[in-house]
Amino acid sequence: MGDPINLIGDWLRNLMTGWGLPENLATFILTVMGVVVMASFLLILDIALVWLERKVVARFQDRIGPNRLGPFGIIQPFADIIKLLIKEDITPQGADRIIYNIAPLFALATVLMMWAVIPFAPTILGADVNVAVLYIVATGAVGTLGVIMAGWASNNKYALLGAFRTVAQMVSYEVPMVIALLIPVLLARSMGLQAIVDAQQPWFILVAPLAAAIFLVTSIAELGRAPFDINEAESEIVAGFHIEYTGMKFGLFYAGELLHALTVSALVATLFLGGWRGPFVDQVPILGVFYLFVKAFLIYYVIMWIRYSFPRLRIDQMLGFSWKFLTPLALVLLILTAILDKAMEGATPLVYTLVMLGMNILLVWATVQVLRTYARVERRRVAERRPVATATEADFKELIGQE
Amino acid sequence: MQNDWLFIGIFLILAPVFPGLALLIPRLIAPKKPNPLKSQTYECGIETYGDTWVQFKAQYYIFALAFLIFDVEIVFLYPWAVAFDQLPLFAVMEGVIFILILVVGLLYAWRKGILEWV
Repeated sequence: MGDPINLIGDWLRNLMTGWGLPENLATFILTVMGVVVMASFLLILDIALVWLERKVVARFQDRIGPNRLGPFGIIQPFADIIKLLIKEDITPQGADRIIYNIAPLFALATVLMMWAVIPFAPTILGADVNVAVLYIVATGAVGTLGVIMAGWASNNKYALLGAFRTVAQMVSYEVPMVIALLIPVLLARSMGLQAIVDAQQPWFILVAPLAAAIFLVTSIAELGRAPFDINEAESEIVAGFHIEYTGMKFGLFYAGELLHALTVSALVATLFLGGWRGPFVDQVPILGVFYLFVKAFLIYYVIMWIRYSFPRLRIDQMLGFSWKFLTPLALVLLILTAILDKAMEGATPLVYTLVMLGMNILLVWATVQVLRTYARVERRRVAERRPVATATEADFKELIGQE
Repeated sequence: MQNDWLFIGIFLILAPVFPGLALLIPRLIAPKKPNPLKSQTYECGIETYGDTWVQFKAQYYIFALAFLIFDVEIVFLYPWAVAFDQLPLFAVMEGVIFILILVVGLLYAWRKGILEWV
C-alpha cells in the first residue's frame, strides 16, 4: 500500500527528525516542499497544454498546427515563452498601476490554488478538508476578481466593457453551478472531495448525468471560453479585459485560462467520473494519478470540442440561458434528487442507480419538449416584421419633422 | 486536519510567487523604452475620447443583486445536503419547501422582467 510520493515524504521526514529537527518544523518544511512540487508540476503541465491546445485547434480547423520546432512542434511553447519573456512590457497611460500589475497574478494564482484540494490518488492529495467544494467555488470567484481588476485598471473602454460582461456572466452562471455542485455533495453526504470520490460506487455520472452536464456547461461559462467568450469577444471588443496587456502579463492570462480549463476538467472527473477510481488502484495507489488525468484530459478534449464547434452567443441569450433555463432546471433536478434519495433509503445500489438514471432521462425528455415549444415561439417572434424594416421613406420624413 | 489547512495556507502564500517570478524575469531582460505615443490607450482607428470610467448599464447591477440573493440562499442548503442521512422526512421536506421558495422568487424576478437584457 505504498506509493513513491509518500515513501519519499516519509523518508525525508525521518531524515529531518534524525537531524534533530522538531516534528512541527519537519511537517512545515515537508508541506512547503509538497506545495512547490505540486505547483511546479501544474505549471509544467500548463506549458504542455499550450502545445496541446494549438495542435487540437489546428486539427479542428483542418490545419497541421505547430510542426517546425522539435517532433510534432513540441518545443513550440518554450519558444513562445522566450518570446513573451523578452517582449517590452507596456503600461498604458492613465492605468491604475498597482491593480494593473497584480491582476495577472490573480488570474494564474487562483487557478493553482484550486488544485490544493483535488485528490490525485487514494493516498496523494494536497489537503483533505471537509469544505473542499466551497473552497473551490470561493477560489474560482477570486479568479473572476482578477479579470475585473484587469478590465478596470487598464484605462481602456474595451477592457472595461469586457470586465462588465465578465461580471454579468460569472454571477449568472455561478448560480446554476453552485446548485449543480450541491447534487454530488448530497449524494456523497460530504463536501470533502476525497469523501465524494470514495462515495462514487457507481460513478455519479450514472446517478446524476444532468448535474454533470449543467456543471460542465456552467464551468465553461466561468472559464469564459467560446461559446461563452463575450468577455473577450475578438470581433466585438477586440480582446476584452486583457486588451492592453503585453508580454508575460498577457502570457499569464493565457496560461491561467488553459490551466483553469484543465482544473475544471479535473473537477468534473473528480465529482462525476470517479476521480482516481480505476482497476488495481487499491493495490497500486500511484495509478490513481494516471486515471485522474486520463479522465481530466477526456473532459478537456470535450471542452475544446465545444469551444471550436459553436458560435458565440449574444449577451442577452447567454444570460437568458443561465437564468431562464439552467437555474430552473438545476433547482428541479435538486428537488427530485433529494426526494428520490430519501424515498429509496435502503434500496440496493442497482435499483438506486437505475431509478436516478431514469429520473434524469425523463427530466431531459421533458426539458426538450419545453425547449421545442419555446423555440417555436421564439422563431415566430424573431420572424415578425419590425418597425425599422417596414418604415417607408415617408414615415422617416414624418419622424424627423420634414414636410 | 490541521496539516491540511497548513497546506492550503502555504499554497495561498506561494501560489502568487510562481507567476510573480514569471513577471520578474521580463523586468530584468526585456527592453524598456517607454514613450508617450507607445503608451497611448488602444482604440479602433481614432484617439480615445473622454473618460474611460464612465457610467454603466444598471442592468449589470440588477443581475448582481439577483445573484447575491440566490447564492446566499443556496449556500444554506449545503449543510442540509451534508447532513442528509440524519434528516427525517420532515426536514427533507423543509429543505424542498425552501428550494420551492427560491423557485417562486425566480419566477417573480422573471415576471418582473429583471431577467430581460434591455
